[in-house]
Amino acid sequence: MRVAVDADKCQGHNRCYALAPELFDVDDYGQAVVVADGAVAPELAEKARLAVANCPEYAISIDTEGS
Amino acid sequence: MTSTFGPVADWATDLDHADPAYNRNAPEIWRTVREGGCPIAHSDRYHGMWVPLTHRYVSEVAYDTEHFTSRGVVVSRGTMDDFPEAPIGGAPPITSDPPFHQHARRILLPPFSPKAIERWEPEIRTLCADLAGGIAAGAGVIDASERYAQHIPVDVIARMLGLPPDDGDLFRKFVHDALEAVDVSQEQRVAFSDELDAYLDDRISEHEAEPADDLISYLLGVELFGERLARAHVRGCVVLLLIAGIDTTWSAIGSSLWHLATHPDDRRRLVAEPDLIPTAVEELLRAYAPVTMARFVAKDHDFHGHRMRAGEWVLLPFPAANRDPEAFERPDDVIIDRAENRHAAFGLGIHRCLGSNLARLELRVAIEEFLARIPEFELADPSGDGVVWSVGQVRGPRTLPLRIH
Repeated sequence: MRVAVDADKCQGHNRCYALAPELFDVDDYGQAVVVADGAVAPELAEKARLAVANCPEYAISIDTEGS
Repeated sequence: MTSTFGPVADWATDLDHADPAYNRNAPEIWRTVREGGCPIAHSDRYHGMWVPLTHRYVSEVAYDTEHFTSRGVVVSRGTMDDFPEAPIGGAPPITSDPPFHQHARRILLPPFSPKAIERWEPEIRTLCADLAGGIAAGAGVIDASERYAQHIPVDVIARMLGLPPDDGDLFRKFVHDALEAVDVSQEQRVAFSDELDAYLDDRISEHEAEPADDLISYLLGVELFGERLARAHVRGCVVLLLIAGIDTTWSAIGSSLWHLATHPDDRRRLVAEPDLIPTAVEELLRAYAPVTMARFVAKDHDFHGHRMRAGEWVLLPFPAANRDPEAFERPDDVIIDRAENRHAAFGLGIHRCLGSNLARLELRVAIEEFLARIPEFELADPSGDGVVWSVGQVRGPRTLPLRIH
């Protein structure tokens, strides 16, 4: 399982970083980026799902392939 | 009391947000108009004004910067020609359109980024604790809007900008002029704006003479396309930060306290489980989102069967989008632990509220410190008659009499 941020959709609402700082970080402009390669450890799967479900811009996705 | 246009005949065809009944009854009005089969209300007032009331339609307008311009963001009797032209607009970046918008916005993003804003938490906490402590020391009935909610954003934004904290009453007057007195004549609107500009020009000149570690000095030093910002750009940014930074958060804090005063189960749960407050803050922001934005129709076009004409206003009620049953389950219920909450309280698209990180911090800390010191309170008049809601595009209680136990 891997999370990704669509940089064109992200407007810096900061919900993902607030909910799952293990998976997301923000740059100096408040834009979200994934931590490392976005790989989600099993114990963080629920946080990843919440980050997706709380993004007002639908900018976050989860790729379950290759997990 | 009514709007200067007179009483509203019908909310679907004659909507006027300057009528005091609008903000008082907004959730019921949105629901009734939606259920009446017309999710896009209209009014002939303000030279024509459209009001989409679903999440889908509000989103579409917010994302469509080709057909809708931000040249005007507060609906008034003014016409599009009355507002400074793009690209800068009167208060960049909120009044700017692409492509200039992103350049103006990038100047202001760093000081309002999550990590830059985190640093303000200790100061905000001390401020809230002192205010709540003062209220808790007395008893009986207090106006929580006047004694608590309004002071927090005024004090914080004055410190950030480097404006005299003792001018708080003046800031509240400027905010009232800009955001509540929206239905007065255009001449009066211009006079309000001139007064604010003159005040800020003096403060900006003071910063030019004596730079300090604050946002006005930052704006005076920053460069865009290799040049310092024009004075009008600096002043416009300060107008934006001052006006948008005050009664928005004041309203969110006030509405949240209103909810906790009228829903004792939610209040007691947050007192018992303070770790739930960040989640609750999102739900309170969804249900009581304070800010409705606006646009001008940039060019004639058809919007879901409605013929929109260039120069007409469009109200963008993100608070109505947040209560759309197509977008949220049980939208009119405040579910204090709602975990999935894709609300649009801070807008959608390129104009996402620049101060959202600061607003969230102020709202969370304001609730934490209030509940820690004042766990038991209720409306002084349980009928709600003593509560006075704001008028215009920012919704929140301006008078909130609470009985403190």
